[in-house]
Amino acid sequence: MKKLSARRRHPLAALVVLLLALACTGGLYAVFAPADKAKAEATAQSLTIDEGKKLYTVGCASCHGTGGQGTSDGPSLVGVGAAAVDFQVATGRMPAATSQGAQLPRKKAIYSQAEVDQLAAYIASLGAGPSIPTADQYGPEGADIGKGGDLFRNNCAQCHNFTGKGGALTGGKYAPPLNDVAPKHIYEAMQTGPQNMPSFPDTTMSEQNKRDIIAYLGAVNTGKTVNPGGTSLGGLGPVSEGLFAWIFGLGALIAVAVWVAARTAKARKS
Amino acid sequence: MSTTETTESRSRGKAPAGERVADWADGRLGIYSLAKANMRKIFPDHWSFMLGEVCLYSFIIIILTGVYLTLFFQPSMAEVEYHGSYIPLQGQMMSQAFSSTMEISFDVRGGLLVRQIHHWAALIFLAAMFVHMMRVFFTGAFRKPREINWLFGFLLFVLGMFTGFTGYSLPDDLLSGTGVRFTEGAILSMPIVGTYISFFLFGGEFPGTDFVARFYSIHILLLPGIMLGLVVAHLILVFYHKHTQFAGPGKTNKNVVGMPLLPVYMAKAGGFFFLVFGVIAAVAAIAQINPIWAIGPYRPDQVSTGAQPDWYMGFAEGLVRYFPGWEVNFWGHTLVLGVFIPLVLFGVVLGAIALYPFIESWVTGDKREHHILDRPRNAPTRTGFGVAWITVYMIGLVGGGNDLWATHFNLSINAVTWFVRIGFFVGPVVAFIVTKRICLGLQRRDKDKVLHGRESGIIKRLPHGEFIEVHEPLSQDALYTLTAHEQYKPAEIGPAVDENGVERKVKGVQKLRAKLSKSYYGEDGQIPKPSVEEYKEITSGHGQH
Amino acid sequence: MSSQDIPEENLPATHGTAVAVADEKNPFADPGLPPHEHRIQDIDERAAKRSERTVALLFTVSMLATVAFIAAYVAIPKEKPIYVFPLGHVNALNFTLGLTLGTALFCIGAGAVHWARTLMSDEEVADDRHPIAAEPEVRAKVMADFRQGAKESALGRRKLIRNTMFGALALVPLSGVVLLRDLGPLPGTKLRSTLWAKGKLLVNMNTNEPLRPSDVAVGSLTFAKPEGLEEGEEGFQNEIAKAALMIVRLQPDDIKDKRELEWSHEGIVAYSKICTHVGCPISLYEQQTHHVLCPCHQSTFDLSDGARVIFGPAGHALPQLRIGVNDEGYLEALSDFEEPVGPAFWERG
Repeated sequence: MKKLSARRRHPLAALVVLLLALACTGGLYAVFAPADKAKAEATAQSLTIDEGKKLYTVGCASCHGTGGQGTSDGPSLVGVGAAAVDFQVATGRMPAATSQGAQLPRKKAIYSQAEVDQLAAYIASLGAGPSIPTADQYGPEGADIGKGGDLFRNNCAQCHNFTGKGGALTGGKYAPPLNDVAPKHIYEAMQTGPQNMPSFPDTTMSEQNKRDIIAYLGAVNTGKTVNPGGTSLGGLGPVSEGLFAWIFGLGALIAVAVWVAARTAKARKS
Repeated sequence: MSTTETTESRSRGKAPAGERVADWADGRLGIYSLAKANMRKIFPDHWSFMLGEVCLYSFIIIILTGVYLTLFFQPSMAEVEYHGSYIPLQGQMMSQAFSSTMEISFDVRGGLLVRQIHHWAALIFLAAMFVHMMRVFFTGAFRKPREINWLFGFLLFVLGMFTGFTGYSLPDDLLSGTGVRFTEGAILSMPIVGTYISFFLFGGEFPGTDFVARFYSIHILLLPGIMLGLVVAHLILVFYHKHTQFAGPGKTNKNVVGMPLLPVYMAKAGGFFFLVFGVIAAVAAIAQINPIWAIGPYRPDQVSTGAQPDWYMGFAEGLVRYFPGWEVNFWGHTLVLGVFIPLVLFGVVLGAIALYPFIESWVTGDKREHHILDRPRNAPTRTGFGVAWITVYMIGLVGGGNDLWATHFNLSINAVTWFVRIGFFVGPVVAFIVTKRICLGLQRRDKDKVLHGRESGIIKRLPHGEFIEVHEPLSQDALYTLTAHEQYKPAEIGPAVDENGVERKVKGVQKLRAKLSKSYYGEDGQIPKPSVEEYKEITSGHGQH
Repeated sequence: MSSQDIPEENLPATHGTAVAVADEKNPFADPGLPPHEHRIQDIDERAAKRSERTVALLFTVSMLATVAFIAAYVAIPKEKPIYVFPLGHVNALNFTLGLTLGTALFCIGAGAVHWARTLMSDEEVADDRHPIAAEPEVRAKVMADFRQGAKESALGRRKLIRNTMFGALALVPLSGVVLLRDLGPLPGTKLRSTLWAKGKLLVNMNTNEPLRPSDVAVGSLTFAKPEGLEEGEEGFQNEIAKAALMIVRLQPDDIKDKRELEWSHEGIVAYSKICTHVGCPISLYEQQTHHVLCPCHQSTFDLSDGARVIFGPAGHALPQLRIGVNDEGYLEALSDFEEPVGPAFWERG
């Protein structure tokens, strides 16, 4: 999981995405533009929706139905909004593997961000829903980290642990760890409630609340978070601490005891 | 210099200063007779005999660091707003207990280190007591005359658990508060008195504003005071009984072989204190424990997943997690069996190990003193029981962490819970049978070694082409060591009629004891030691080859 | 049960009676303490000197480490972070103080032990044990003394004194027990009621605003408190420990329990957030299955079916709060919980 986000931050990633996007749009333009002059006049938005629909028909329709109405294999997507699509597809949860376990895991994204945006635009056109948040919605400016911590403990920690290390749910389901999840995706998850996670819409958890929570996570759950006392042992609490005390604490002391009690080497009479 | 002074030199200053101080003290305290008995006291060397020292030293470390922490900690539940150095808690409401713990961790230089040493030492103290207790158990060191010291040790373990728990609850953080809430729920489950005890403990409804102050005096005064007394009594008895030893050449039930207290043990045991302290200080430098700033202050309506107590309470946590939710309602009352039975089981499982020495001595009927330790294999039933007990304990620990097992091994939490529920019944039985069989196998191997010698690894070809491995006869030392253990005969009920032909009444307890004795020492309970006759027959037979 | 009925011959032979030399008769006899063997340090003065230097070096390292400890205490600012592989970003002061203190202590111990192991005599000595139980004469003397003392006190003869004394001693600790009475109030019916009452608005914990039905979407999770309860005020902790509320909205068709449907408002149901097992705040809501899991002991409740227990150690369903909408369109409680919230207790019934 870390690989994905690490790669996404690779200096060449932007270039790769850009090239892909250029190749796609260029290629598609070459196919469609001369065929029908009227389409060239269509707004960029509807073009995007069309592209999204094409991607949808190939990659998603078999489970979610040709018009997003849902089938026995997948829920209806009418009204889920662009935010839900961006979260599910950009974190690699969708498209799902044919044989899935208790829940869909985060994995390497199959679609580029440009394709995800097209898909999102198409789904959003099917029915109104939460749109993809902008950077100033989830950015750290004006956030109250302390309040965010309180909100996190109230709304999130019961499943995701004090500092977002994840935890177990029923029947093999789990709340995933939040390490290195992009702020945008955290925002979308709260907004849309993916899979079994309940949603926290703006009506009950304001935009400011969400910003506070994201800022709190940024302070306590990244690779740069300072753990003053030493290694955090996974941040899982007393279980890992107990294991450490037994294996390294008592283990080291027993090793020392063996040395203290051992016989000193004898001078061999030869 | 006058002649009178020379005759009184013992008390008048000719002797070196140290001797004069000693004389002064002896005149008031009688230290010489004490020193005569103890200064050159012999202690046998074995690493497992030092586990008790790990306990003692970590206890001392806990007291030292604990005193330091009391200088800064404020056992108050008054609500304050936080404005210390830790940014992610700025402006949050918390109790003074929590905020003073934050101050110790962030604003007192070295405070975090002392706090971490205190907490790590507590975990290691309990772990060392557990291992020490198991060493004593599996080697039979609890037998007469040491049964009372076994009980002292057991009490120390139990009190250590509760001292640890009360200390863990003091910072009033979200995790420990959840643990206290669990305690309240457990107390409420007690029939008739539950609600009253809960209201008296918390000064009203949970959480109230009293429990930190009350836990504080229990944690720093009441329990450690009792423990200190027990530790002293435990040590006095160790000195008084003299240490046990493993069988070996020159070691008998009537002597103790080892090195004298002065100087060797003084240096080794004294040095070991510094080694233990050094290791724990290094652990506290490397690994973070109980980061209350990440956990946050306690609020009864907030919680985190992975809510576990410190390891020594994990077994109780497990019992509560895997027990079914039985609740009986009758005549306007509720019997909360789903919580109360685990509470009782917790005491029963611990009590079983405490009472074991008395059960074993009843089964053997042996009233003699035992100073030579058993090798675990030579007491298969006891060893089997011990491993079964550990299995129950470990299954409790697994149950107490069932959510982390689920997430880290991609299992369903329900499956883990069911595994633990079944394991609670099946695990100890399987462990008992397997352990006993392994012990018997090892006994057979020992017997084989005594009779046929050690495998030398040298392959010899006989004139007719057969290959054999040369067995070297064991040294006298090894022969003695391997045959030194005692073997009981199973107790019998005796004839049904006495010598006058009158029918004897056999009580049920006697039958039970005979049955137990048979399982301990009957054919399935032990492999008979090689006899002198067997040995001679085989060794002379070898000679003819 | 005494051991008298176990015949003496069942007990194995006592240790330590064996002769010191193995002979034809007993090849398993105790050969006695092996002869002492010398260490290199015992016979080679240069090796002994090496050991001495090692010990002195360890003690010196300890001294240096203590100096370093003090220097670190003075020099390193208390909030300075440092990156240490593989620990991650840690506090520099804690890390340095711990390691220097650990080194200072460990080297003292290592020096002392090395000294004992290599330079002090390692000849094993045998010390005799004496039976713990006293000799028969001593026992007889003690018993006689005790009997005499008991006789002189006339405790057995003057039964009135004995009985009243025991009575007095038995009663006097009661004062101590009575003194504990004021540790807390009597429970009364306090566990039966919460702050909720008819007309109390449901206030959103996140925004501190009263909730409207339209705020609560299907699949969302909201926590609420009764209006008028503010954090930081006296009694907040005690009240929220009972009144904390979990609000979800289900499709009315999904609600299987008839009473649950009656007590809901347009599919919005309000349940106590406090687990009925031992009182953890329970709120691991799975919006697709409508299950709520407790993070402490994994009790699982089905919110679409009257919050009955479907797994784990809880004994009864989560209490539901009856809700409705007031004239201004806000969600309000229609009464207090009908049963006590939180863990069960003897008087719950």
